[in-house]
Amino acid sequence: MNILTGYLRQLGTALRFLLFATLVLGVAYPLAVFGTGQLIAPYQANGSILKDSSGAPAASALIAQAAADDSGAQDPRWFHARPSAVKWDPASSSATNLGPNDPKLLDAVAANRSAVAAAEGVDAAAVPADAVTASGSGLDPDVSPEYAKLQLARVAAANGLSTDAVAAMVEQYTSSGVVAFLGQPSVNVTALNLAVAAAARPSQPAQTK
Amino acid sequence: MTFNSASFVVQVVALLIVLAALHKPLGVYLARVFEGTTSSRPERLFYRLAGVDADTEQTWSVYLRSVLAFSAVSILAVFGLQRLQGVLPGSGSLPGVDPWVAMNTAISFVTNTNWQTYVPETTVGIFVQMTLLAVQNFLSAAVGIVVVVALIRGIARTRTQRLGNFWVDLARTSFRVLLPLAFVAAVLMVLGGVVQNFWFTEVTNQATGVSQLIPGGPVASQEAIKILGTNGGGYFNANSAHPFENPNALISFFEVFLLLLIPSALPYAYGRMVGDQKQGYTVAAVMGTLWLASISLMGWAVASGQGTATAAAGGLGEGFEQRFGPVPSAIFATSTTLTSTGAVNVAHDSLPPLAGGVAMVNMMLGEVAPGGTGSGLYGLLILSIISVFIAGLMVGRTPEYLGKKIGPTEMKLAAMYILVTPTLVLALSGITVLLPDIMANAPATGPHQFSEVLYAFTSGANNNGSAFGGITTSGPFLSVMLGLGMLLGRFLPIVLVIALAGSLARQGKIPASAGTVPTHGPLFGSLLLGVTVIMTALSYFPALALGPLAEGLLK
Repeated sequence: MNILTGYLRQLGTALRFLLFATLVLGVAYPLAVFGTGQLIAPYQANGSILKDSSGAPAASALIAQAAADDSGAQDPRWFHARPSAVKWDPASSSATNLGPNDPKLLDAVAANRSAVAAAEGVDAAAVPADAVTASGSGLDPDVSPEYAKLQLARVAAANGLSTDAVAAMVEQYTSSGVVAFLGQPSVNVTALNLAVAAAARPSQPAQTK
Repeated sequence: MTFNSASFVVQVVALLIVLAALHKPLGVYLARVFEGTTSSRPERLFYRLAGVDADTEQTWSVYLRSVLAFSAVSILAVFGLQRLQGVLPGSGSLPGVDPWVAMNTAISFVTNTNWQTYVPETTVGIFVQMTLLAVQNFLSAAVGIVVVVALIRGIARTRTQRLGNFWVDLARTSFRVLLPLAFVAAVLMVLGGVVQNFWFTEVTNQATGVSQLIPGGPVASQEAIKILGTNGGGYFNANSAHPFENPNALISFFEVFLLLLIPSALPYAYGRMVGDQKQGYTVAAVMGTLWLASISLMGWAVASGQGTATAAAGGLGEGFEQRFGPVPSAIFATSTTLTSTGAVNVAHDSLPPLAGGVAMVNMMLGEVAPGGTGSGLYGLLILSIISVFIAGLMVGRTPEYLGKKIGPTEMKLAAMYILVTPTLVLALSGITVLLPDIMANAPATGPHQFSEVLYAFTSGANNNGSAFGGITTSGPFLSVMLGLGMLLGRFLPIVLVIALAGSLARQGKIPASAGTVPTHGPLFGSLLLGVTVIMTALSYFPALALGPLAEGLLK
């Protein structure tokens, strides 16, 4: 009887402890971080939302935004994002999780390589690894500087811009400094495409191939 | 993607410097929290509300019963409320979670594993994430810490039944250690780009015509404790590879630092609490050596870029995020599996075979370098006891550890401890590979299929939570098998550790004599290192040979 009441008392304490700890750790704490975040860094706290020239929210600087058709082929007018296991849908996120020797991955890489080579009009051997491999999140907003350079001529031509002007934009959206040293230099395609669109807009009629 | 060796070396050295600089102040603070005798006014209010008698200490069996009662109530609450998600606020239109998935998830988060058999984006809303899963990120980490505190008290105290008060230890660890550190970390993460809001944002790119619903949620608050508490359960499916959880390489570095922070400060707190700092430093040196060896191996294995698909792609890339690349991914992959974190910033399944193998070996070591919050240190203290026993056999003396005799009772408890996880991993994997229907959940072929299964149970039973994500475990059979692995892999060792603490606390202290094997210094450190590695190799070599070694070495 004593042991039983001892157990019951423990369970009661456990339940009350959990309840009141939840109020502190599960309600007050996230709200405090929310309040602090909105106060000192609302841009980051709300998803690094980029606005277009009219001031309307156009994209998140951290999330890939690919203009792709149902088959997954990306619009030739814009810089392309890396392959994605979730078709760049921010309502989900995933890698392919295929092993390094998986025949399915081998096929996917080969298909991606010929598609990129055809789209850019270059030799298949010139296509860098990040262009043919799916990212870890499926939402990777970045590509390698090599892959961006490969796309330069196509994007410049499609938007009626000089390659020099587009090359300068690529440069502008390439990471540098500490983050590039800790990780690797990367070009933010989401932000880059917005910049290209803004530059192209005055002279460029909406023309897509 | 190329492996930048300079960046790798700089980051490894920087981590060692920062952790070395902080281990002492944090260790002193931790020891002060655990040895504290006074409660603040808010704490006293909390104890009154929770019905905690803060002034009495518990015997080992009552302490243990409190751990188990608290964990059982937590599992039931997390399970039940997930099932009720459909009628709870803040869940959007998400229905109640599938019972098998809810059971697996409840066990997973209460055991500090954070194996995720569910896809967060489509399964759990803000209510479940914020008030159930993130709360367990705090409390399960705190439980690990209080268990090692009980063990340390057992070693330090003499002729007593009293090991402290579980509820007070749990509250102090949660509110004085984890909460303030998590808050600072979360705010820094927000500054770095991690999201913290409660709404989705509709964006439309007028030029491309693409509309997206950008997700939101209390991500930073959960990310901070997920990492700090060596939990690892992502707010999003892609975990720390998701740009909203880990937006750049600087935050990635910060996350690795954060997941190593508490485990690498605990040895100092230990040395202080037993009144012999050399003990703490020996343990820390063994942890550091293992971490350095493992991270070097991981760096090498990742840089190798092995694999036919990797070669076809012209290098690493599959499963990597461009902003990180191979270096931050190798550093993260090692540190997440040497602790019980299990967060990932790269798809482990797509890593070169031997790199995936290093991740598995890291977990198989028992996650002791520096290990999970609390669990890493108690794992290494058990291995220390095994080591003094072996040393005692060699010199023909009764083994002692810090003046406590390691008799038959203590040895039985320690021996059972080190048998628990290998038994679970090998038995559960063995049963699973015999069932062709179940193996269909791991769609890979050849040795990689076995690796996916072995990784899952290694991760589950060691309470890591990372995965070779190709395997689908949301069905009833694997949910139950992994649930069993996580539950027994967490609580059997805890039962043994607290029982050991009780039996050590009862003893008097034997003064050290000429025949006492010193448990500090390079000699004992090397012995402890050897015992840890050999024990792991003996248990797991055959299984590793069938999985990552077969895939990585036979070409």
